[in-house]
Amino acid sequence: MNNISSYERYQRQMILKEFGEAAQQKLLQAKVIVIGAGGLGCPALQYMAAAGVGTIGIADHDTVALNNLQRQVLYTVNDVGESKAEKAASRLQELNPDIEIIPYNVRLIPQNTLSFVKAFDIIIDGTDNFSTRYMINDACVLLNKPLVYGAVSQYEGQVAVFNYRQNEGDTAVNYRDLFPQPPKDDEVLNCEEAGVLGILPGIIGTMMANETIKIITGIGEPLINQLLTYNALNNQVYQVSLFAGKETRSLIPESEAAFTQTDYEWLCASPSRNAIAPDSPDSYRDRDGFEIDIENFNTLLTSDDITVIDVREPGEIPVVNEFIFERIPLSQLKENLAGIKSNTVVFFCQTGKRSLQAAQWLFDTFGKTKNIYSLQGGILQWKKFQKKQTT
Amino acid sequence: MMSQQNIMPVNIIIFGQLTDITGSSLSLDNITDTDNLVRQLNKLYPALADKKYVVAVDKQVVTTNTVLTNNNTVALLPPFSGG
Repeated sequence: MNNISSYERYQRQMILKEFGEAAQQKLLQAKVIVIGAGGLGCPALQYMAAAGVGTIGIADHDTVALNNLQRQVLYTVNDVGESKAEKAASRLQELNPDIEIIPYNVRLIPQNTLSFVKAFDIIIDGTDNFSTRYMINDACVLLNKPLVYGAVSQYEGQVAVFNYRQNEGDTAVNYRDLFPQPPKDDEVLNCEEAGVLGILPGIIGTMMANETIKIITGIGEPLINQLLTYNALNNQVYQVSLFAGKETRSLIPESEAAFTQTDYEWLCASPSRNAIAPDSPDSYRDRDGFEIDIENFNTLLTSDDITVIDVREPGEIPVVNEFIFERIPLSQLKENLAGIKSNTVVFFCQTGKRSLQAAQWLFDTFGKTKNIYSLQGGILQWKKFQKKQTT
Repeated sequence: MMSQQNIMPVNIIIFGQLTDITGSSLSLDNITDTDNLVRQLNKLYPALADKKYVVAVDKQVVTTNTVLTNNNTVALLPPFSGG
């Protein structure tokens, strides 16, 4: 710390016995990125900037909307329509001109996420959707970065510190140890659909800043391998311990290259309902009609004149080497449909959603002249089933 | 007094949007393990069957079937996505 104003600015926390100049120095040297400058991100950013976290990245591609102001307290009506990352950065810079604040007005995708995660010491997840949450979690596991997690729904919030080892050799849990697979996008309502009490992300986001500050400075007991649930209506706090799952690592891309190839949007999406034309009964087939369960699929594998097609994008894991199959990523399937010769075709993907889409497309082309199937539950369920059979 | 074992009810605390289906707490008798509990809950609340959640027994998340004894408290924790 090299100037008098810093001593004055941070004086109230520096006089704390466990904190002192040493902890302040650690804060000033820390690099933290907040992904999502919304309900959780705004309060987290405010308190970290105020506390003197030296470098703060803000990643958000969204613009401010009037219905954000109920909980996203960094913005004003004059900011509506403007970039959240940039508005948040300029507001925070006014609060603390002595720290570096870097806005990234970009959407995080697998191709750019790793470079952001690499550039910072701690990642704060303030996003509002499962596909980005799983992507950030996997990136943090791959790059071994602590992830401060928070999420809200209606009147309840969750906070946790993932992927953080206080001592070398400690086990660190991540989000997939809690929820191995993303829910389908219609399985859990988001805030837009379910609503959220504005102050709730304020409380949870502030707790996330607190966890971050504790990790950086080494004071207190961060929520390592713990999930805290807070209920704003009755003030009940419920804290549960988490454990590393044996299969978790197999769900996460094994390399940076595989990560950039993973389609997180697909993992969370429901099959497109537009694909089934409701006004053409001849081509219509109930989407469940294509599904084949694991046991029937395994029986089918032994028959002749069958083509099994992996419609996942290149590099997606798990790798399949237990049976013979072809690879046609869904993105390239339409132009290759005519080349599919077998009378029996089974598509598979990660969870059985993209393969349903593939089955529908093939049916649209060939109709009932082929037996068309989609592996129910995808290769993840299949692998799980096989494992159970052998143990 | 082995017969005592399952007479104490299992207390269940429910979180998030699952409470729309079950309410925020309930207790069930004659529950032997977590798989058994989930089956009973699905019978009582069919809408719960396609919901995603993790089960915690006495504040520890469990991922495999776990025996429940006297007075265990079980929590059902769904994922949240909001931010």
